[in-house]
Amino acid sequence: MTARSVRGAAAATLAGAVALAAAACTNPGSTAGGSGGPKDSAVVGIAYEPETLSPLLGYGKDGNSKIFDGLLAFDADMKLKPALATELPRITADGLTYTYTLRKGVTFSDGAPFTAEDVVFTYRTILDPKTNNPSRTELDALKSVEATGEDTVVFHLKYPYAPFAQRTVHAIAPEHIAAKQDVNTGAFATEPIGTGPYVLTGWSKGEKLSFKANPSYWNGAPAVKKFTMAIIKDDDVRATRLRAGDLDGAVLPPNLAAGFKGDRAKKTWTAKTYDYRTVTLPTHHPVTGDTAVRRALDLAVDRQTMVDKILEGAGKPAYGPVPTDSPWFAKGTERRHDLSGAQKILDEAGWKPGPDGVRVRNGVRAAFPLWYLSGDKLRQDHALAYASDAKKAGIDITAQAGTWEVIEPRMKTDAVLAGGGSPGDPDFDQYLLLRSTLAGDGFNNMAWYDNKTVDRALDDGRRTDDLTERRAAYGTVQRELVKNPGYTFLTHIDHLYVMNDAWDGPGTQTEPHDHGLASGPWWNVESWKPKQAGATQK
Amino acid sequence: MKRRLPWGAMARMTGRRALAAVPVLLAVTLAVFAVAEASPFDPVKAYAGTAGLTASQENLDQLRANLGVDRPLLTRWWEWLTSALTGDLGDSAVMRRPVAEVIGERLGWSVLLAVTAFLVAIALGTLLGVLAGRRRGGLVDRAVSSAAYTLEAAPAFWLGLLAIWFFALKLGALPAGGLTDTGSDTVTADQVARHLVLPALVLGVSQLPWFFLYVRQGVGDALDEDPVRGARARGLRERTVLTGHALRSGMLPMLTLVGSRVPELITGALLVETVFSWPGIAAATVQAATSVDFPLLAALTVLATAAVLLGNLLSDLLYGLADPRVGFDG
Repeated sequence: MTARSVRGAAAATLAGAVALAAAACTNPGSTAGGSGGPKDSAVVGIAYEPETLSPLLGYGKDGNSKIFDGLLAFDADMKLKPALATELPRITADGLTYTYTLRKGVTFSDGAPFTAEDVVFTYRTILDPKTNNPSRTELDALKSVEATGEDTVVFHLKYPYAPFAQRTVHAIAPEHIAAKQDVNTGAFATEPIGTGPYVLTGWSKGEKLSFKANPSYWNGAPAVKKFTMAIIKDDDVRATRLRAGDLDGAVLPPNLAAGFKGDRAKKTWTAKTYDYRTVTLPTHHPVTGDTAVRRALDLAVDRQTMVDKILEGAGKPAYGPVPTDSPWFAKGTERRHDLSGAQKILDEAGWKPGPDGVRVRNGVRAAFPLWYLSGDKLRQDHALAYASDAKKAGIDITAQAGTWEVIEPRMKTDAVLAGGGSPGDPDFDQYLLLRSTLAGDGFNNMAWYDNKTVDRALDDGRRTDDLTERRAAYGTVQRELVKNPGYTFLTHIDHLYVMNDAWDGPGTQTEPHDHGLASGPWWNVESWKPKQAGATQK
Repeated sequence: MKRRLPWGAMARMTGRRALAAVPVLLAVTLAVFAVAEASPFDPVKAYAGTAGLTASQENLDQLRANLGVDRPLLTRWWEWLTSALTGDLGDSAVMRRPVAEVIGERLGWSVLLAVTAFLVAIALGTLLGVLAGRRRGGLVDRAVSSAAYTLEAAPAFWLGLLAIWFFALKLGALPAGGLTDTGSDTVTADQVARHLVLPALVLGVSQLPWFFLYVRQGVGDALDEDPVRGARARGLRERTVLTGHALRSGMLPMLTLVGSRVPELITGALLVETVFSWPGIAAATVQAATSVDFPLLAALTVLATAAVLLGNLLSDLLYGLADPRVGFDG
């Protein structure tokens, strides 16, 4: 350190001490940032921080990034609508070619025009193995992409992949900036430039992301001019700062959200999700690999009690990755809580109660370990409730906490309390979860599920875009899961948000397992309008 | 009494220490690589984040190769070392940016915090030390001393949580964390100053007992010495006795303490920054460690080791100056 910077630091310290004295005199309430008049700024508290803000490295892959746009976007009901494209793509009869016409007159926030070359650059860079994009597999079906005119982009697929259009909600990066940098470490990942409704003005890692409205946004300048996402990992601190007025809104677990029920100035939002909790039943374990045990567990588990007690009602029983209120859900595959039915299945399969109440067959005790992620209260509660339900049927489950580093090497034989879920298309979850060829491939098919009928149905479901055929295929999958459940699905979890009731326009989208940056009532912050002055503060 | 400083001896000691620092730094960086290698954390998983939970094995393997974490330990260490010597500290995988940039951006905030805390500790420590040392066994002495022994045992992060609970939640007087208000994204001096109060106070207070106890002892002993008794006998005012005689000799041992507190200041800052979401180097250190981000981790370790070595050198120099009988090594 040079003498100069020492003096600088000393001077700053002195200035700090002076300001400290001044701060001590101000009104304690002033930290809350009191406001009068219509609010044109919003501060929300979120629990997760993105690793990167570069679309090339995976940011904005599921659409709805505030900084970027995709060719298409999802509306509140997760239906596709055009964004940077003027309309939904034209798809050839063989399902192998997708053609998009681009919106004219769109500019990036630095003023440069958006062109077909930006789209081609984005997708080509992601497909490049040298790019450190951990989500590349999601574009597995894509063979190549080309610009066939100034405003036309054509995607060629390796195989017909019905949900491909939903992958084109992926954020588009500007070639004129990103191409000049190292894609993995360049400044673009932290200082992004996009076409979206907001422009990033600051990212203090671990603290907050700040945005200002993009005045030349193609879909109209947002009314909320300043938007801040504070990253607060701890649930209690987030709730406290929301109560103190430091935040306008925050994502909260059910028990903390309940504390805001009496607050008339705040509103609680419940977002429906595809976020499931499930127990993997590995095929390679002598107990969990037995179909009778799997079926018995499926009946022995009391899902409704889990929803009532663990989720305080904010959720639904789950019978598969598809939530019961989804149009893709196969009606009639719900399983009743039926303890005697479970016991009967085990009796018939030869699992006889042993001296300690735990069933035994051919010298094998009906016992297995169940791992959950340490520190995750919700998963712990699910795991313990599951073990206690199983105990009543004579199956001894030992719930154990561990980090992913501990759990991962054991996934082939040990059960895991897992979570997942992505809305949009049934293929997204089910293919990765159930396809036998993906057994043990990273975190895909953790249970090593192997069912030829399911494999065939999964392939049929993704290769045709005929809705009736697809519905039949995913119906088959769900019915097979009743006959041979490779997982015990427990619950689908609602995501809760509490927010100041100061705007017209907030609502919720169907949400995935990940709490993405743009999940929550602020998914459409660009279309909010401030309520009239005076109506907001208590 | 005016004495010429022994510049030659001091320079020779500094030179010897600098030479000795080279093998120490080499060993420490190698140890960092070895320990990180043995840790159960997977750099690829850390890099991929949540996306890693749905990525295919092929995708993860490709990442492993791209990040270069599949190569042997010694190769990676040697490559890091040789490029670091040419001034290239490499790229941080977890921050997605060059290491030099990450450090440059955050080091200033950590230095601001540490220096403020140090000044708080020295100023408060001296003041309380003099008050207590003036009348040992008195009410002030007994109260402050027992508080100091309690503080000595209190971890900095616990003090931090306590301070947040009291000043931010109960009184609502000071912000609970961050560098500036959540809603503002320009860094202004008064905002930083307001957000600096709690972390600097907590870190300073956690360092205070040592300074206090040294000054108290030094002042108390000096007051019992002949020159002080002589001065009192001559009828000098109590204040002159205290500042002119007792404080001067009482402060000397404390000067040597300044250097040796550096390691503790660094670990203390690490915890305090985490508790107060202060965007200093600590948050980066924790993330670098749990993500096995070799380039960032190694650079930060070198930095911390250098700070400790410098602190030791400083304290030995001051000690040599304060007590010429000790001299400058050998």
